[in-house]
Amino acid sequence: MAVLKKGTSAKKMQYRHPLPVRLMHWINVVVIVVLLMSGLNIFNAHTALYWGESSYGKKPPLIEIRGVQDKEGNLIGTTGIFGYKINTTGFLGASRGPDGNMEDQGFPIWITIPSYRWLALARRWHFFFAWLLVANGVSFVMYSLLSRHVTRNLLPTRQDLHSIGRSVVDHLLLRRQKGEEAIRYNVLQKTAYLSVIFLMAPAMILMGLGMSPALDALFRGLVSLFGGRQSMRTLHFFIAWALVAFVFVHVFEVIVNGFWNNVRSMITGYFKISSESDNE
Amino acid sequence: MNSAPRVTRRGLLLRIAAGVGAMALAGCQKLSDTTWFPRILGLGETATQGFQRLILPRKAMAREFADTDLDAQFRNNGTSLPRNPAFLAMAQNGFAEYRLTVDGLVEKPVMFSLAEIRALPSRTQITRHDCVEGWSAIGKWKGARLSSLLENVRIKPNARYVVFYCADPMDDDGSSPYYESIDMEDAFHPQTLLAYELNGAVLPLANGAPVRLRVERQLGYKHAKYIVRIEIVENFSRIAGGKGGYWEDHGYEWYAGI
Repeated sequence: MAVLKKGTSAKKMQYRHPLPVRLMHWINVVVIVVLLMSGLNIFNAHTALYWGESSYGKKPPLIEIRGVQDKEGNLIGTTGIFGYKINTTGFLGASRGPDGNMEDQGFPIWITIPSYRWLALARRWHFFFAWLLVANGVSFVMYSLLSRHVTRNLLPTRQDLHSIGRSVVDHLLLRRQKGEEAIRYNVLQKTAYLSVIFLMAPAMILMGLGMSPALDALFRGLVSLFGGRQSMRTLHFFIAWALVAFVFVHVFEVIVNGFWNNVRSMITGYFKISSESDNE
Repeated sequence: MNSAPRVTRRGLLLRIAAGVGAMALAGCQKLSDTTWFPRILGLGETATQGFQRLILPRKAMAREFADTDLDAQFRNNGTSLPRNPAFLAMAQNGFAEYRLTVDGLVEKPVMFSLAEIRALPSRTQITRHDCVEGWSAIGKWKGARLSSLLENVRIKPNARYVVFYCADPMDDDGSSPYYESIDMEDAFHPQTLLAYELNGAVLPLANGAPVRLRVERQLGYKHAKYIVRIEIVENFSRIAGGKGGYWEDHGYEWYAGI
């Protein structure tokens, strides 16, 4: 794709993302999408979230999604959040099933894998791709140790730390980075990537493993650390959405900062540096 | 920098993204509906079982809780009243005629009355029951140690699995009785019980009376209720669907450690 430009404007094409990073990035895209969607199918097997060890202790659920019949006998979806009840018909609690009829289900089928309620198969998808995530994560750490990718490109420098305020303003004004600056990650970007890679992803994996009754017998303190198995399931759910929020911001920034240039650099490795702020 | 073409481009991008998304989804659905792809996905489960068994010491104990952690009422799930007239008649009579048959690869097949099961070395434990659906419940169980019962019947050296046959039919016509199986590692675990008491009272019918399995390091569906027969086998390929349990025959994993 980018090769055609190499001859004419070689000076402006900068090799930015090495092959292992690009490969691991796109594996993550697939893995995270499948984990989210199969996870929502697993959630649909029991559409309530709790705090503590038990689901039936003294505390009522934090969130409860239900399909109920209204007075006319129509199926409506309700979502209870911290005691408030919201009608979420069409999305949460009641939505169209594979045959087009309204069904009592947590999340709608278009956002779940498989596209119908089937816990056993959803678990297979989820755990298979969870292993892929672990493998990808281990590869990333090993690659980073060898290439010093993290220390070189991701750890904020002292200069970065001084520029936090300016970086926040730049992001809010959607100001694009120019020239050589554009090929380095800015401080907010670095912080976001580091927290996803070294906080959120490991926490998700730990919480997923912590829900295992077998591993609970081995890592006895882990579940208590997160407040109990049901708390852990709740946090696993919310951090999944926090990761979705990260992806939305990430894709938004990619679009704002030159969609094709960024996408190409993550496919071929080459990023076009221009002093003007035009789209290519 | 005029806005018109940019909107078109964004619209196009969105449409491409939606198209790719829809195709990927349809692809996932196609894959889900094949027989070979779920089998490949199953490799993840095989890896999980292998890995958990590798790192988990044989006698690693499931966490136990305090009386203050108990749920007000232990949730029952699955069958709450077996559609089995003969069994219900026996229940009416306090299971006086109940006999638990233990046979298969044993030196000495035995039929245990409820009183004989209660006379076996017992254990009381407050544990968290984790359902495959995602919920948890905390209950206090008292029951005979399965290991004591197995020592009683003297299992043969080629025995590998313990199969539990239950009195509750899973089909409306009264067929497909529930069943489950565990391996010797779990069978001889100190917390593996044939429970006959819940929260200090006689095990209620809804929770699997007269005797249900507790196999604390696995998910709820392994904890067979209404057990009427225990068979020791070398493999379970000839039993029902051949996967070692009712839910296993319906696509769930035999090893339910996660």
